[in-house]
Amino acid sequence: MARLLSLFLLVALPLQVIGQEDPGLERRVTSLAHELRCLVCQNQTIADSNAPLAQDLRNQIREQLKAGKSERDVIDFMVARYGDFVLYRPPFKAATVALWAGPFVLLALGAWLLIRRVRKKAPPAELTEAERRRAAQLLE
Amino acid sequence: MRFWLLIGGFLVLVGLLAVGLRLDPREVPSPLIGKPAPAFELPLLQQPDKSFSQKDMLGTVWVMNVWASWCPPCLVEHPVVSEIARSGIAPVVGLNYKDAREDALPWLKRNGDPFKVIVYDAAGRIAIDYGVYGVPETYVIDRNGVIRYKRVGPLTPEIVQKKLRPLIEELSKRG
Repeated sequence: MARLLSLFLLVALPLQVIGQEDPGLERRVTSLAHELRCLVCQNQTIADSNAPLAQDLRNQIREQLKAGKSERDVIDFMVARYGDFVLYRPPFKAATVALWAGPFVLLALGAWLLIRRVRKKAPPAELTEAERRRAAQLLE
Repeated sequence: MRFWLLIGGFLVLVGLLAVGLRLDPREVPSPLIGKPAPAFELPLLQQPDKSFSQKDMLGTVWVMNVWASWCPPCLVEHPVVSEIARSGIAPVVGLNYKDAREDALPWLKRNGDPFKVIVYDAAGRIAIDYGVYGVPETYVIDRNGVIRYKRVGPLTPEIVQKKLRPLIEELSKRG
């Protein structure tokens, strides 16, 4: 039992040490890092990436937050250097209208075409007298 | 009618795909074009006791090349960078990025040193201000210290021929 406990402590302690500095700050750093794209490996955020640049940028975020800058300031800092592309969620503006509105426009267009098609298919016309007689004959 | 509509739609899709495949997702448009080159005051790679600032280049059209000895594409583009410097169209300032002096100096000895000066950004701090994300990167900066061009990735003779050289010539003509 004691051995198990010491093993547990061995594993758990280093984890404690890593998060020790200032858990509140670390949480802010991580949540910001999740908003920013790693430009080296473009489909990862700088929180997920282990690229050296992502590490540098995480340190940069930490430094700036520690110095009392706001989340907004840090994001502006990154956008000024790397452009909107660094934002994992692209902003809504003139250049990105197609990106944000496109799917909805396509959906509306599809719905409109579908409705038109369905409406056009008018209910089948009434049977003529001859057809009715033939149907009756077949059913008998 | 219906048939041609389908064919038309198909061709539009093929066209979009053809354009889309040709775009390079690594080409991230830099927000720094047209902005003043970020300020720095860095020690020189070869003379650590001396320092150099982007201000020292005011009045000249110049090229800044970000490189490192650990970066294979930097070695690939090195002859192209050397050729720019040799042709004398503009001085090339090197920014040595996250490198170790004991690696960078032998690299220069092996491959030649075409740079006017090389500043040493060991922590990569200044490179962040320049939005560097993939070495090598190359900037053209005009007389007033404004960034006019940025290339991410190795320079090729074609890029120099078609973009860099005409741009530098034009910027140099403008007083």
